[in-house]
Amino acid sequence: MADRPVPVKDTRLLDVKLGQLPNWFLKRNFTYSGMTGAVGRGYDSFVNKYINVKKGGIGGIAMVLFGYVVVSYIWNYEHLKHDRWRKYH
Amino acid sequence: MNLTFFDQFMSPQILGIQLVVMSLLMPSIIFPTQNNRWLTNRFSTLQSWAIHTFTKQLMLPTNKKSRQWSIILTSLMAMLLTTNLLGLLPYTFTPTTQLSMNMGLAIPMWLSTVLMGLRNQPTMSLGHMLPEGTPTPLTPTLIVIETISLFIRPLALGVRLTANLTAGHLLIQLTSTATIALLPTMPTLSLLTMTILLLLTALELAVAMIQAYVFVLLLNLYLQENT
Repeated sequence: MADRPVPVKDTRLLDVKLGQLPNWFLKRNFTYSGMTGAVGRGYDSFVNKYINVKKGGIGGIAMVLFGYVVVSYIWNYEHLKHDRWRKYH
Repeated sequence: MNLTFFDQFMSPQILGIQLVVMSLLMPSIIFPTQNNRWLTNRFSTLQSWAIHTFTKQLMLPTNKKSRQWSIILTSLMAMLLTTNLLGLLPYTFTPTTQLSMNMGLAIPMWLSTVLMGLRNQPTMSLGHMLPEGTPTPLTPTLIVIETISLFIRPLALGVRLTANLTAGHLLIQLTSTATIALLPTMPTLSLLTMTILLLLTALELAVAMIQAYVFVLLLNLYLQENT
């Protein structure tokens, strides 16, 4: 059964189709308050799903630490690529 | 480009932003915000319990006047503990290996304890320069020595933290390089080196926690002297 067609910019991120993604991204609110609101909502949804539960496990914080390691790796990449065992860097 | 072993302590940058910025913001993300519920989630309970126990144990011997310092000492401990432990994860940057940051933490704190002492009870503070029960001929020498030891305190605080963490990170890097380099030629020796590496990592975990504690404990001691 088909739902009423909702405009692209009002759909949630997980409901956006892959082809519509650039379209959706361009229609976001790029003001200061809009961006901080988006970060706040993202943070709140992560905390409420994984950390603010009655019996939270190590998964919540492990995901944060793993993400931190990955972002550090990306940040460090220019420097780390000289560690590879290759003849030409 | 030849990599030296000290390159891990340089903060790399992307888009002009240094990695140290993210490393300094990470502790605030790790600690969940307190909500007003009676029964909170496990993380909040754990965090509250840890902070309460630590503050109680730290501030027990102090007098009423210096209890104002409890929030800053506890938050300092939490920050140092988190930054030190996070620095043990792979590819991360430890801001407390930089002497600039540790001196920036040590000097203002020490100076404020000294100034507080000089302002509120100048006689007592100056009296600390001469410990009780010293023989009279030794008095001038001892005053000079005590003044020097007073002024060396911030230096010692900062450098102690920096040196311990830097040395630990360097040792881990050296041992791991040795382990990997030995692996093709002498696997047994490589295994031995790996055991050393594991023990070293355990030591580093302990040192990370202990150093944070020592920093805060010494500040508390200086505070008690001066209040």
